Amino acid sequence: MKAPEKVIEKIADPARNTCRLCAPLGASTVFRGIENCIPLLHGSQGCSTYIRRYMISHFREPVDIASSNFSESAAVFGGRENLHTALDNVIGKYQPSLVGIATTCLSETIGDDVSLYIREYNEKNKSEVPIVNVPTPSYKGIHTDGYRDAVISCIKTVSKDNETGDFINIIPSFVSPEDLRHLKEIASDFETEAVLFPDYSETLDGESWDSYRKISPGGTQLNDIARMKSAKASIVIGSSLSRSGLSGSLSEHLTNAHFMNLPIGIDLCDEFFAAFEKATGKPLPEKYSAERNRLVDSYMDAHKYFFEKRAIIAGDEDLVVSLASFMSEIGIVPVICATGSDNPEAVKLIKKYAPDAEVMADSDYATVLDKARGMNCDLVIGSSKAFYLSKNLSIPLVRVGFPVHDRFGSQRIKHLCYRGTQSILDNIANAIIEHKQNSSNIGYSYL
Amino acid sequence: MIDLIEARKNQVYVNRKDSFNIECDKKSVAGSVSQRACVFCGSRVVLYPIADALHLIHGPIGCAAYTWDIRGALSSGPELHRMSFCTDLRENDVIYGGEKKLYNALISLIEKYNPKAAFIYSTCIVGLIGDDINAVCRKVSAEKNIPVIPVHSEGFKGTKKDGYRAACEALFTLTGFDNESEVPKHSINILGDFNLAGESWIIKNYYKEMGIDVVSCLTGDGRIDEIKKAHRASLNVVQCSGSMTFLAKLMKEKYGIPFIRVSYFGIEDLSEALYEVARFFKEKELIDKAAELVGRELSVIYPEITKFKSRLEGKKAAIYVGGSFKAFSLVKALRHLGMKTEVVGSQTGSKDDYDYLKEICDEGTIIVDDTNPLELSHFIEERGVDLLIGGVKERPIAYKLGIAFCDHNHERKIPLAGFEGMVNFCREVYSSVLSPVWKYSPAYRKRKGGTV
Repeated sequence: MKAPEKVIEKIADPARNTCRLCAPLGASTVFRGIENCIPLLHGSQGCSTYIRRYMISHFREPVDIASSNFSESAAVFGGRENLHTALDNVIGKYQPSLVGIATTCLSETIGDDVSLYIREYNEKNKSEVPIVNVPTPSYKGIHTDGYRDAVISCIKTVSKDNETGDFINIIPSFVSPEDLRHLKEIASDFETEAVLFPDYSETLDGESWDSYRKISPGGTQLNDIARMKSAKASIVIGSSLSRSGLSGSLSEHLTNAHFMNLPIGIDLCDEFFAAFEKATGKPLPEKYSAERNRLVDSYMDAHKYFFEKRAIIAGDEDLVVSLASFMSEIGIVPVICATGSDNPEAVKLIKKYAPDAEVMADSDYATVLDKARGMNCDLVIGSSKAFYLSKNLSIPLVRVGFPVHDRFGSQRIKHLCYRGTQSILDNIANAIIEHKQNSSNIGYSYL
Repeated sequence: MIDLIEARKNQVYVNRKDSFNIECDKKSVAGSVSQRACVFCGSRVVLYPIADALHLIHGPIGCAAYTWDIRGALSSGPELHRMSFCTDLRENDVIYGGEKKLYNALISLIEKYNPKAAFIYSTCIVGLIGDDINAVCRKVSAEKNIPVIPVHSEGFKGTKKDGYRAACEALFTLTGFDNESEVPKHSINILGDFNLAGESWIIKNYYKEMGIDVVSCLTGDGRIDEIKKAHRASLNVVQCSGSMTFLAKLMKEKYGIPFIRVSYFGIEDLSEALYEVARFFKEKELIDKAAELVGRELSVIYPEITKFKSRLEGKKAAIYVGGSFKAFSLVKALRHLGMKTEVVGSQTGSKDDYDYLKEICDEGTIIVDDTNPLELSHFIEERGVDLLIGGVKERPIAYKLGIAFCDHNHERKIPLAGFEGMVNFCREVYSSVLSPVWKYSPAYRKRKGGTV
């Protein structure tokens, strides 16, 4: 029998070039995916301003996020008054259909009872604007947790129990606006009515306007969120969404839910479309089997560029899981899979798809770099933050996920389904070819 | 007229039409979607460019994530400032305190990176859980024999300006140490230039040509050893006055160093910044050299500016920037292009700043303190503005309205200070205003009376 392990209280190392972002960013993204919704962070002014700046640099769209702007006295006596003033001002100025409140480290630490403040506000003002509240202390979770908890809070608060309707829900984790448009297209091609939530495909990748809009048009309509509980099935993609968090779990509110990984690579895409067929009772449209077969064809065409190439995958856990699966399909060896999430289930999943990889959970880019030196890696796949690895290791970076603020078109990066996989595959192949071309004196013009 | 948030009614004025007693220097109204950040941000941006120091953020991860490699502040040597270090506090730390974690983080990072000093930034919750940061800093400083300086920058304890103040206090503790090494006769410190895109180097070269040495640039391309001897310069030349005047005042009190406030943007302000320093030393030779430099540079850039002006004359601009001194210079710089400022404002201007702004702006110019996207977009549409000067957060407002944009914020990668910076600025404005893309914008077409 093994002796019980002695518990040693180890003090965690400091984060050096973090892989994590904070929970209110995830929640704000979800709120931006609801029609005519304004996010409001209950905390210091900086939280909303930093998150706005970060999101704007990626999406290149207006991102208004209000703040209750704590003062010193609010930190001592509680943020009730600030929250009420903030609600007065955002409701007065933005005339939203919904206010999405996310807390911050500050309001959580002092123990503000935001639900109580909201009830008081509604009673005092006879306000009928619905308000969703999601707890997002960043010492308890990261942006993907904030994202999931906001999704759950919205459904919990807004959705009503009704008889089952003839429609499905599609609930994706933090993907690109282009991915969201693709998911809508798929539902439409399946001739199926679907509620996509959240839907920031227009709000965070919008059209040019003829006059200024207080809140960017687009987003899931409130009455669609209101009926989500009565969908006949739900497709939930991204493993982080399957876990329970500070707002409970999604499965409590959905019937016939298919929880799955982000569909990247043939295997995961096949699983996704099989679930879609099951949920809708309709066969795969010809268009997608053609896309699948073209993707398979390109696997053959490109396999020599990929075989036994050694890759670092870094980023949000959902993306890392699915990219590990995809890379293994095409012969690339994921040697390091790193994510800021500390979730043991994510680690298990990554290990399943990339058994030989060094899986680094709750990690940061400087630690990954220390590990990667001497491992003869050939490429990195990750966000702009992974440029730090690419530069220091002199290997190419294929940009995916969030944030991508050192390239153009981040809103339109395709990740999902056969089409998204095709795009990532092309980008990886080209990155490898370009690197070979640029680091050779020969001047290859055919490769 | 725009329907303003009640509490903001005295923060918006039409020059010489409204009775002018602007309210400023106050906390942003809750729910106003201010473009400002927090106390922490103020401290972080000021200290960020010190390249051989360890910058450790004590708190949960967000504050560190959003400020990793955020400024375009260049270094001629070490680049430790471009790393993001954080104690990354978790729930247990919030409950039981983060002092041990802070201590361990400091020890391990100092051993790994060998910094010349360490700055420890307090974030919101550190102010609540009662960590004794000062004590930890003292302990580590004694053990590792480098300055370990607490920066009291809890986000909720005031505005961004209070963060500037906390940064100045931290810098001040570093001064007054080096009394040994040689300091030249004509020597100054530059305060409030952050070497964005190498701007401090441009300015230093001007002074060098005039025969004036810079002891320490605070904080552009900054080094701890230079700050340690900053107290021995003859004059403090303060550029970003909102952030650094406080340090200049502290140094005046303790070391008797006088200070002047200048700006390196635009022709008049830049020339005056050189002349004023030359005059301070009361030597004709220095003034002659300044005149020679200014004359030579102007003869190079004037023809270029004139070319840009011929295409930009009569266009209208809106300016919304962090510091008001920059706003002054921009109003003047735009005049050289024949452009009129319709709207101007800052995040952190003081009463005196706004009085001066009122003086230099035309009648009818809208002056705003701590504005927000709804107000800004409203004024831009109301005045039919062709150009917005601001930062990343303001950029989408301009583009959605089909107008040009010039980034004058701390992320910029093109130097806009100095004489060559003035040409860059003009080119930036020109290449956005004259772009052929606007004619496809529905807002532009509507403005021009065409079909959307």
